[in-house]
Amino acid sequence: MSDPNEHHSGAPSASSAGEGARIQGEYDVVIVGAGPAGLAAAAATASAKLSTLVLDENAGPGGQIYRAITTTPVQSRDVLGLDYWQGEDLVAQARASGATFVQGATVWSLDRDRQMAVSINGASRGLFARRAILATGALERPFPIPGWTLPGVMTAGAAQTVLKSSGLIPDGRVVLAGTGPLLWLIAAQILRAGGAIDAMLDTTPRGNFRRALVHLPGFVASPYFAKGRALQREVRSKVKIIDGVTALRAIGDDRLREVAVTRGGAEERMAADILLLHQGVAPNVNLAMAAGVAHRWDARQLCFVPVLDADGNSSVPGIAVAGDGAGIGGALAAAERGRLAGLAAVRALAADRAPGAAETDAARRALRRAERGRAFLDILFAPAASFRRPTGDTIVCRCEEVTAAQIAETMSLGVEGPNQLKAFRRCGMGPCQGRMCGLTVSELIAQARGVSPDAVGYYRVRPPVKPIPLKELADMPQTPAAVNAVVRG
Amino acid sequence: MTRTADAIVIGGGLHGCSTALHLALRGLTPVVIEKDYAGRHASGVNAGGVRQLARNLAEVPLAVASMELWDRIEDLVGDDCGFDSHGQVLVAESEEELARLAARVDDLRLRGFTHEELIDRAELKRLLPAVADYCPGGVVSRRDGAADPFRTTQAFRRQAIARGATVVEGVRVIGLVRRGATWQVATDHGAYEAPVVVNAAGAWAARIAAMVGEAVPLEVIAPMLMITARLPRFIDPVVILRGRKLSFKQLANGTVVIGGGHLAKPYPDENATVLDWGKLATSARTVWELFPVMRETTIVRAWAGIEARMPDEIPVIGRSAVADGLFHQFGFSAHGFQLGPGVGSLMADLIVTGATNLPIEPFRVDRFAGRA
Repeated sequence: MSDPNEHHSGAPSASSAGEGARIQGEYDVVIVGAGPAGLAAAAATASAKLSTLVLDENAGPGGQIYRAITTTPVQSRDVLGLDYWQGEDLVAQARASGATFVQGATVWSLDRDRQMAVSINGASRGLFARRAILATGALERPFPIPGWTLPGVMTAGAAQTVLKSSGLIPDGRVVLAGTGPLLWLIAAQILRAGGAIDAMLDTTPRGNFRRALVHLPGFVASPYFAKGRALQREVRSKVKIIDGVTALRAIGDDRLREVAVTRGGAEERMAADILLLHQGVAPNVNLAMAAGVAHRWDARQLCFVPVLDADGNSSVPGIAVAGDGAGIGGALAAAERGRLAGLAAVRALAADRAPGAAETDAARRALRRAERGRAFLDILFAPAASFRRPTGDTIVCRCEEVTAAQIAETMSLGVEGPNQLKAFRRCGMGPCQGRMCGLTVSELIAQARGVSPDAVGYYRVRPPVKPIPLKELADMPQTPAAVNAVVRG
Repeated sequence: MTRTADAIVIGGGLHGCSTALHLALRGLTPVVIEKDYAGRHASGVNAGGVRQLARNLAEVPLAVASMELWDRIEDLVGDDCGFDSHGQVLVAESEEELARLAARVDDLRLRGFTHEELIDRAELKRLLPAVADYCPGGVVSRRDGAADPFRTTQAFRRQAIARGATVVEGVRVIGLVRRGATWQVATDHGAYEAPVVVNAAGAWAARIAAMVGEAVPLEVIAPMLMITARLPRFIDPVVILRGRKLSFKQLANGTVVIGGGHLAKPYPDENATVLDWGKLATSARTVWELFPVMRETTIVRAWAGIEARMPDEIPVIGRSAVADGLFHQFGFSAHGFQLGPGVGSLMADLIVTGATNLPIEPFRVDRFAGRA
């Protein structure tokens, strides 16, 4: 594996001074995100000699699933599992393709004309993409329980990030709570790395399994089946599992002290230093939404997903979405969707260099295989309404400290959707740009109005999709020509 | 089924809601027809400046009259609209600019307006301790301030409804025909009729005017704003520049709204805008120079609201030049928020009594005849 600090053109490398200067003002294809979808898309477009730029926020390629794949100090392959190490092949193929990778690059604006703005090493600049492929992945679903803002309460995904990139495991009395395949995976990874878990509180609603049964055949035929069972067996053998949990509260004064667990109508308390919460992931839609891409409510995945064709093309010409940002499908599906979006870009920009239909057909078949079993997982691990739609004093918007009760009150002022609520309460207007409350707010308003979240919609997401220093904006190239630095072709 | 009303107001922005409220207060039962929701566009997302300062001379009497309503806004609409009157300060960035401002203040005094007051360097520093030292003075309008634009628009909407108006949202006007003394208003959700129609449709007002064959040289614009992360309180008044484009104010929660009239690209048919980061970078540089205290802050969000600008940058207010019973109230050219309460009141006077004692001659719609 190469040194992440080594700098050579055409290969993923950690950010280094001058990285921003190395990129040009215009590319055939700009891919945002170097997870499985971004890597596969880059391999497809750069192999066809399209100028391809991959902008990725992390220190190295891999995305969330293959985070720190080139640098992780966790070198025992058993800890993170074989699925994790599959990321190496994707990185190798993308590296060989000739795409330019810039790590530590935050794309903070993309508009319908495919003008982008990116921050690299504290300097921002504009660039133009003939085609943009957004592979921005997934975010953990909000898990708004009483006390979830206390120090000591964090998302399980955050703990996994630290484990993958630094090899650190949570310390003290650790309690995991929630539902979803990732929760079990993270539990297993913590245990394998030598961590201890005091208890795992399973909030999977009891009725889910029965509803999911109709999709069981597809799941049994999928690779998830055997893996999932092995994972659960592994965790169950070492951790006390408390299932049927219907309510949770994190309790403490200046930090977490104990967790109150409701089960079978009775509440009991357990001491805890760390509470890791997780109830699934949802597409990270902010950049796509800021670009004006149309989204719809996915009633099975309980989240907003972009409206896309079979190649990932969105409602905005020239902008495609691939990977979990297009709807949760997992790493294997993400790579196939990335490949399809990349192949579509080649057909659009350089039809003469496009591989034959066989390649696309193979990717579509692989996608179908990878998506097998997804319906079962979606329904089995659908989080309970009570964990998605909090009540009373539970904080919904962490940035602006808006509670569920305040949202209910504000509804009476004539609020029909999240944007009016935003204007009245400022919820969703803090630095997280609604990432930690958007789904909750849409669902709360939909419930109050008695309609689907589709009718309510989501926050209008405004750029910059991540906050940028005023200094960085002030220092952007001065003339519009220099900012855009494009000759439209 | 055709629904009837005393007046139909097209457009649920601050101006439309204000006119509806004032008509209702005069005993009429108006209907506001809004294609999106009240305050969806410029009325809800502007910088919220409540400003008499530095207005076009023609607008000054209207701004002064509107200020009387702002001073008792809670009595009028049952909500304080987040209005604070910490003043607005026009900062001069050079001695030459200060001299020009002094001449303007003198001219206003000769006309009987005393709200603008010239201030020297010491008073500028007292009002704005954080302002850069190179600024030699400015002009203050001490009763001015800022309000929460969306909250204000919603308050006018709610109060209009409480006083007997109807506000229908998500309904688009698609036709306007005069039959005798009645306007037939066709929408995508049925028909309405009334003897009076008010065109307060903002960026879309030219389309309404065109339905009666009245051409207006309206330009659709989308002024951009951005907002910072929270900062410790460092400034009370709203600050504006005239030499360069800037408006600047710190909200109660510590965030700072930066505007000033740099424009995004509007897509009025899709309720969309595309921001121009090159121009926002210019705004950021201006802030960097004028307020060194801001240099470490971050920009959290930027946006633009769609509205109308007239060639002479003052609004159209008054009767249609081609159709009886049609009144115009649009084209506020990026500075209509403060005028909302007052112009709504004068429109109601004009509609109910046939006259207003405010000078609206400069805002005639036919002033552009031969130009458009």
